[in-house]
Amino acid sequence: MSGHEEYKPKSKAGKWLNDRLPLLTLGAHLTDYPTPKNLNYWWTFGGILTFCLLTQIITGIVLAMHYVAHADLAFASVEHIMRDVNYGWLIRYIHSNGASMFFLAVYIHIFRSLFYGSYKSPREVIWIIGLMIYLLMMAAAFMGYVLPWGQMSFWGATVITNLFSAIPLVGDSITTWLWGAYSVDNPTLTRFFSLHYLIPFLILGLVVLHIWALHVPGNNNPVGIDIKKPSKDTVPFHPYITIKDAFALLLFMIVFAGFVFFTPNVLGHSDNYIPANPLVTPAHIVPEWYLLPFYAILRSVPDKLGGVILMFGAIFILFVLPWLDTSKVRSAVFRPIYRQFYWIFVIDVLMLGYVGAMPAEGIYLVLARVGTIYYFLHFIVVMPLVGLFEKTEPIPMSISEPVLGGGAELSLAKKDNGKI
Amino acid sequence: MEKFNLAKIFSVFLIIIFPNIVNTAEQTDPIKVNWSFKGLTGKFDRASLQRGFQVYKEVCSSCHSMQYLSYRNLGEPGGPEFSLEEVKAIAASVEIEDGPDSQGEMFTRPGRPSDKFKSPYPNVNASIAANGGAYPPDMSVLVKARPGGSNYIYSVLVGYEEPPAGMQLDDGVYYNKYMIGNKIKMSAPLLDGIVEYSDGTEASVDQMAKDVTTFLSWAAEPELEERHRTGIKVIIYLILLTVLVYLSMKKIWSRIDSEI
Repeated sequence: MSGHEEYKPKSKAGKWLNDRLPLLTLGAHLTDYPTPKNLNYWWTFGGILTFCLLTQIITGIVLAMHYVAHADLAFASVEHIMRDVNYGWLIRYIHSNGASMFFLAVYIHIFRSLFYGSYKSPREVIWIIGLMIYLLMMAAAFMGYVLPWGQMSFWGATVITNLFSAIPLVGDSITTWLWGAYSVDNPTLTRFFSLHYLIPFLILGLVVLHIWALHVPGNNNPVGIDIKKPSKDTVPFHPYITIKDAFALLLFMIVFAGFVFFTPNVLGHSDNYIPANPLVTPAHIVPEWYLLPFYAILRSVPDKLGGVILMFGAIFILFVLPWLDTSKVRSAVFRPIYRQFYWIFVIDVLMLGYVGAMPAEGIYLVLARVGTIYYFLHFIVVMPLVGLFEKTEPIPMSISEPVLGGGAELSLAKKDNGKI
Repeated sequence: MEKFNLAKIFSVFLIIIFPNIVNTAEQTDPIKVNWSFKGLTGKFDRASLQRGFQVYKEVCSSCHSMQYLSYRNLGEPGGPEFSLEEVKAIAASVEIEDGPDSQGEMFTRPGRPSDKFKSPYPNVNASIAANGGAYPPDMSVLVKARPGGSNYIYSVLVGYEEPPAGMQLDDGVYYNKYMIGNKIKMSAPLLDGIVEYSDGTEASVDQMAKDVTTFLSWAAEPELEERHRTGIKVIIYLILLTVLVYLSMKKIWSRIDSEI
């Protein structure tokens, strides 16, 4: 932020505006922003996520022009969009698959942060804002899934809102308040629509804060060391990072287009093409794939309140992760023990997602319980202890040296060199 | 790095099996049919769609509604593509209730292409009452509303058998090999020769089941052909653009170093 010279607009009009509102200075900051030059493709998902958010907002605004938020008309209005609105099928399939692509990207983004220690000092606030975005994304996605008013919409809404009835004393009142009725009904649908339209703009605001907070310390990088900015370790954001982000975004869009045009319903549930019927419960009520690990945690506890606490705990424990991780080294590249636990944790979350889609019985219930216990052990026991006892590998002094040195003449810092 | 590979294999494994793991119930897997509309360039068989509409009209539509389709859809590109005259004649063959007129009275008139398909019953309750307590589902999106899709619908249509020894079936309940739970309240709807195809195709149960399933698949996804066509163009465009951006990126980064 500091250290490089003040931006001076060239034109008179530019100077006039910039003296009153320094938009041009902001633009210059964004283009010149010194970025570590060794960022790998896992770092391109920030840009991809911005694209996802904007795609959802734009397609969502168009869908809202044609959608009718009413229990008797919602399902028919979605079919109207699919059949009668020009390119309505395309807009709706982009929006519904876009939600899945958004979560795919956000999971990669979060796990990248976990691997390279991007949540650690001085980037805790970026991490916490990111988690708030993630929470709002889950709320928005859940409410969005309710809007078509299919069977899975209705019963998913029933299951999730019923979770609040587990709260002692006031649970039932809170649930009734959320519904606006004595069961999931038309008032529930209309408020979900209202909130579904609101939340993306809250996310957009948080994204601005997320990027602002990022631009204070600057990007972490695969080596995880602090670097001088600007220096030979950095490149200006434009054109180096913009072109690389554009390339990664295009690859992502090819996958996205593959889903939209060739298997638009594979990530959804067929029951959601059956209109909501309060009298018929589906055989298996399953949430969308991106919520399955938490669903598995919820169902692994025999007690309802306990399940709800653990499910929310599984998310909220991430908020204190920067203080649970005791290691002074950021990047798992130099952390041989943590690196292994990291991959075990990844497998654990994937397994929880798998059993979340299966019926909660027999071996699946056992796996869900083991997976849930391990999930919490990873944060409460593994992260603090590994940080304390792990013997980390030597850390390079700068990015340029390991990249340009060709291996033999790496000048490396002493092992465990305190503050990196 | 061994663990990394393990995780990769596991995740790929998950993605491959994922679509199938969500829906498991005691039933025989549907027959896999090589539909013309599957695959990246899949298109509907026009003649089969027209025959399928005939089966729907003469057999299914006596119980099953198709409330989200309009008669005009039958003439639109990517569908059965009946001529305008044929569509008008199909629509005119039903009496639609309209009104109120200037006197405040409801009246009936011949159907127009802009009308929605006329439902066989005035409401869901009437359809349940007339069908022994079982609701004949609306067929507009039926193919998308069943886990096996087209294969499942076809399989149920040809899956009527004698129940296995020892299985007791109530009156009005029939055994179907592919139906979830193996019990269905619809009697076998297709019998050899129940319709007479004008194009001379033999109206066997298998042929009619394929035709009507094709028609229902189109009804559920009328945009399918356009979607496939557009998708190919979009992906070719994206690949070309990706190559250009990749080359630009290489060139720009070559100012710094060769590694990226």
